[in-house]
Amino acid sequence: MIAVSGLTKSYSGNKAVDDISFRVSEGENLVLLGTSGCGKTTTLKMINRLISPDAGVVTIDGADVSEGKPEELRRKIGYVMQNIGLFPHFTIAENIAVVPKLLHWDADKTLKRTLELIEKFQLPQSCLKLYPQELSGGQQQRVGLTRALITDPAILLMDEPFGALDNVTRSGIQAEFKALEEFKRKTIVMVTHDVQEAFELADRICLMDRGKIIQIGTPKELLYKPANDFVIKFLDSQRLVLEFKTTTISDLWNLLPDSLSKLNTDKFDSHLSVWEVMELFSSASSSQENVILNHITYEELTVAFHKYQKREKR
Amino acid sequence: MNPQQQNVWGFMYEQSDKLLAQTGQHLGLTFISLLLAIAIGLPLGILIARKAKLAGSVLGIAGVLQTIPSIALLGFMIPLLGIGAKPAIVALLIYALLPIIRNTYTGIQGIDRHVIEAARALGMSKQQILLRIELPLAMPVLLAGIRTATVINVGVATLASYIAAGGLGEFIFGGISLNNTNMILAGAIPAAALAVILDFLLSRLQKLDVKKMLKFLYLFPVAIVAMGVFYLIPQSSGTKLKAGFTPEFMGRQDGDLGLKSIYGLKIHTTVISDAVMYKAAYEGEIDVISGYSTDGRLKAFDLRILDDDKGIFPPYYAAPIVRESSLIKFPGLEDALNLLSGKITDSIMTELNYRTDQLKQSPELVAKEFLKAKGLYKAPRGGNAGSVRIGSKIFGEQYILAEMYRMLIEGNTSYSVATKTGLGGTKICFDALTNDQIDFYPEYTGTGLLVLLQPDPKIVNLITKDKGKTYNYVKTAFHNQFKIKWLKPIGFNNSYALMMRRKQSESLNVTSITKLKNYLDQH
Repeated sequence: MIAVSGLTKSYSGNKAVDDISFRVSEGENLVLLGTSGCGKTTTLKMINRLISPDAGVVTIDGADVSEGKPEELRRKIGYVMQNIGLFPHFTIAENIAVVPKLLHWDADKTLKRTLELIEKFQLPQSCLKLYPQELSGGQQQRVGLTRALITDPAILLMDEPFGALDNVTRSGIQAEFKALEEFKRKTIVMVTHDVQEAFELADRICLMDRGKIIQIGTPKELLYKPANDFVIKFLDSQRLVLEFKTTTISDLWNLLPDSLSKLNTDKFDSHLSVWEVMELFSSASSSQENVILNHITYEELTVAFHKYQKREKR
Repeated sequence: MNPQQQNVWGFMYEQSDKLLAQTGQHLGLTFISLLLAIAIGLPLGILIARKAKLAGSVLGIAGVLQTIPSIALLGFMIPLLGIGAKPAIVALLIYALLPIIRNTYTGIQGIDRHVIEAARALGMSKQQILLRIELPLAMPVLLAGIRTATVINVGVATLASYIAAGGLGEFIFGGISLNNTNMILAGAIPAAALAVILDFLLSRLQKLDVKKMLKFLYLFPVAIVAMGVFYLIPQSSGTKLKAGFTPEFMGRQDGDLGLKSIYGLKIHTTVISDAVMYKAAYEGEIDVISGYSTDGRLKAFDLRILDDDKGIFPPYYAAPIVRESSLIKFPGLEDALNLLSGKITDSIMTELNYRTDQLKQSPELVAKEFLKAKGLYKAPRGGNAGSVRIGSKIFGEQYILAEMYRMLIEGNTSYSVATKTGLGGTKICFDALTNDQIDFYPEYTGTGLLVLLQPDPKIVNLITKDKGKTYNYVKTAFHNQFKIKWLKPIGFNNSYALMMRRKQSESLNVTSITKLKNYLDQH
């Protein structure tokens, strides 16, 4: 568990991070969201002491991170960055093996774990002998993720991990990453300015502006219980999509026609979002096999969603 | 003009022992100073890459040091470190410093900062980042700096012979003073070859795979130290007294060669420029020097001339030598120049030299006061009937004479004067004269005979005992061979002489060259 309290950092008089406190529990994925310059990256870097705070305390499992050597702290925490930061003079295998080497792993163990991970990220084994500049941007970021996960750290810090990628590559890697068993297990703090990405990957979102936390809560709380106008405005442009994406069939369960409620929930995935069901409708003809589509109509779905919306916004 | 014409390869073959030793010294100087420059420059470059505030001032200082002319820098070193290897290495080190510091700095600065941040974030310590990330990535730029420094050092190291540090400069500058092209090339060709070869080797090193280079990184200092050791080998000294001779003296029959063959003198000898020789003798760095008998520093440093009891040093009576075509072109020039004839004796010349060399009076002032005292000075007529070009060699006496001649020409004729003073040596002066780049310069009978004419040794033996015969011989020969006229001698005899500190000479009872030889044989 990560606990941050009273974290403050100023640069030449301007407070980049102003008295911030939050907790991230075991296995949780907290996304720090905000426009550039809001202090989210600075906050992230103070967790593994890449930046030292002016005031405030960060503890990991109760232990103050400022005690002990920063290098040793960082070796225990996975780190992924927007610019990937692969070492150009190291091969891919050597890039991945940086932290194991620092921790004095033996070569066999490192190799075994490397092969296991690159398979998950769909990287060919032949790339291990190559140098970073010989790989595509997407492959490089996969190597970056592999490097961060190689020692299976309990905590993962991610600074705009998909920010440098084009849209198609990004959603691909995002999906892969989300499906990863590692992703589900780890305590993750991720920084992004991309609202969609935040809603996709976050258990909770910490929305920041000018060094302060504006609201911290689940995606639904941000949508339906905004703390103030800033939150409303921040999400407004993408509100509908976000709402479709965060609302699941199980949320609508009681609002849907009885025909569906008689169905055994085992027969379909009630965690499907409204967005995903609508996508199924739009690719309609071929999807007769999907159980949901046989029991509700598009209209019934939208009606149920509108009812839900009204109820939640009260 | 020389019957036994020899080509440069023949010379190099004949002198291969010396050549090898000089090349060794040259490499040694280059690499020792390079190693020290890396040892200082690399950490300094790393430091300023870390602390950006220091970068400007450190690079600024290194840049200023770089712009000091190399001869001047060597000159500065002498009061601090004396002569020999030490000041030469320090001077070379200073030249090597800027490219190494600057390239280390830019090499590290040029690394993508995200790479450094990634290294920190993964948990590398500062030292690990430096050794595994920064230095390997900066290596190509850094090596380019070392390459530049190496080439600079090979070049500048030729000047080290001026301060008795050896190297290929001994041949180069010896050759220039002795009018011996083979000797110049025997120094210049290997020096150029060294620069090209080292540059090539380092360029290969630069192109190597970064990985392999890491291993080279450790081999590199070892190689440099090994090269540096070259220098230390020929440094073993022999006898008790040390001699410092100019490169010119080293190669002359009426110099070191004559001392060996006629006196049988065996003394541990270093090559040194006459600019620093007297001071070095005064300070006891060396004991016996090959000075000039009218040099002002003789007086300033209280040195004593050793008696040339076997007469190996021929007379060196000074006289202007003029292109005969110039005498036709400038009627009246000869009369103006001859005004000075017979006016300056040995002791007067020593006194005049003392005033410029030691009292730091300008040659112009010294010349003017002397002419006034002798009643020869006339205000310039400001004529423009043509411009007479005066040359002079690069030592004080020649500057004074050039000034006197300028005033005499300007005061007594309608010609204007252009001076080309400080020409590097006899060869350069004489070539300028024969190629019609100057009209005249003051030359010495001995030099004319032994350096420029180089007659059969039998003739030399026959005539050098007598100043009149020598003068007449060169006068006739120059007229026949070069169409150059020796005007009337100025009066003084500035011959070579061996000198010692007066006190040492008295305490050892060494007052002549024979006594010096006997002393050395007994000790």
